[in-house]
Amino acid sequence: MSKISAVNLTKTFKDVKAVNNINLEIQENKIYGLLGRNGAGKTTLLNLISSRLIADSGRIKLDDKEIFENQSMLTRIFYMNEGNLYPEGLKLKDIIKWTARFYPDLDISYAKSLAEDFDLNLNKKFKKLSTGYQSIFKAILALSSNADIIMFDEPVLGLDATNRDMLYRYILKSYSEKPKTMIISTHLIEEITDLLEDVILIKNGEVIYNGASESLLSSYTMVGGEEGEVERYISGKECIESSTAGNYKTAVIKLDNSNLQTEKNQYEELEFSRPQLQRLFIALTR
Amino acid sequence: MLINFDSERPIYIQLAEAIEDNILKEIYKEDEQIMSTTEISINFKINPATAGKGINLLVDEGILYKKRGLGMFVSEGAKDKILQKRKKYFYESYVLPLLLESKKLYISLDEIVKMLERTDNNE
Repeated sequence: MSKISAVNLTKTFKDVKAVNNINLEIQENKIYGLLGRNGAGKTTLLNLISSRLIADSGRIKLDDKEIFENQSMLTRIFYMNEGNLYPEGLKLKDIIKWTARFYPDLDISYAKSLAEDFDLNLNKKFKKLSTGYQSIFKAILALSSNADIIMFDEPVLGLDATNRDMLYRYILKSYSEKPKTMIISTHLIEEITDLLEDVILIKNGEVIYNGASESLLSSYTMVGGEEGEVERYISGKECIESSTAGNYKTAVIKLDNSNLQTEKNQYEELEFSRPQLQRLFIALTR
Repeated sequence: MLINFDSERPIYIQLAEAIEDNILKEIYKEDEQIMSTTEISINFKINPATAGKGINLLVDEGILYKKRGLGMFVSEGAKDKILQKRKKYFYESYVLPLLLESKKLYISLDEIVKMLERTDNNE
């Protein structure tokens, strides 16, 4: 078991509530997308889960045991973050060995084979790497860690399209070979949509959605057409976003889209479609 | 198998249809093994649960079956089953959109029939 639960979690920086009374459950062995705008509180939440920050109030538990400063719990969580925690001037192969002291299950030979696949020379020093290769190296450590829970904060920062594609496939491979909880925080929503099973949406330090990606995607519908026609159609319905260009109006409404054909047949003058995750994200976090 | 996923419908449904297409074209023959959930997941960069959901859809319809320890196989009579099913949805999936589009373009029913006859003769 490796279920994470956050209870009444709050973290304030000066007068900003970065995480505002969050109650959240992260189920085991699922790939989660942690999505939110800049400053929404994603990194703060991950820092709290991994005990890198101390919460003002509230608790985080792993399988009903407190995580905070509990070393045996913390070795079950691997956190790949944007920062660089490695001693200056250390070679990559030494960082791998160093990390293996905290993560005894870390598979060193797997890390080496991944480095080879990504064309990364492990005799290099971390600080000499480009942003992209720093991300790749940190992702390699995460994937080799064999931790029950792996959290990726911006794992594809600076990666070119080919390396991003490769990393996404390795994430899926690692998950398929040994199911684990993966939490991916990224701004490249379109690229990872299909990788995710569940989505956690945060806005201004609060969780506004936590559930299956598919249920989120199927519960909204985009409708477009002549302004008056669209307005008549959406009146009385919950509209989360709309825009007008000339006489053409587009609106995103709360309506299950699993059977849009019925709507299409009934309202021939309107166009209906299922929104993309990125479009929904923009509408819901604006 | 080549799939260009769009965002119009759930991925698992598009995956199930792509597998069906391959059975119709006899790329996957009856009693032959298809890709595993893991292979599908990594190949198409989709969540393994989504891949599993698509495959289970076809298992429930008797189009695929599981051989313990080996993987997923195409059932006997799968092609016929898919043909029957697809024919049932032909009106909804192809005829209705055709009529809606032709209405938008002011194409009469007569013209459509002529187009269809022309295409049919050319084949």
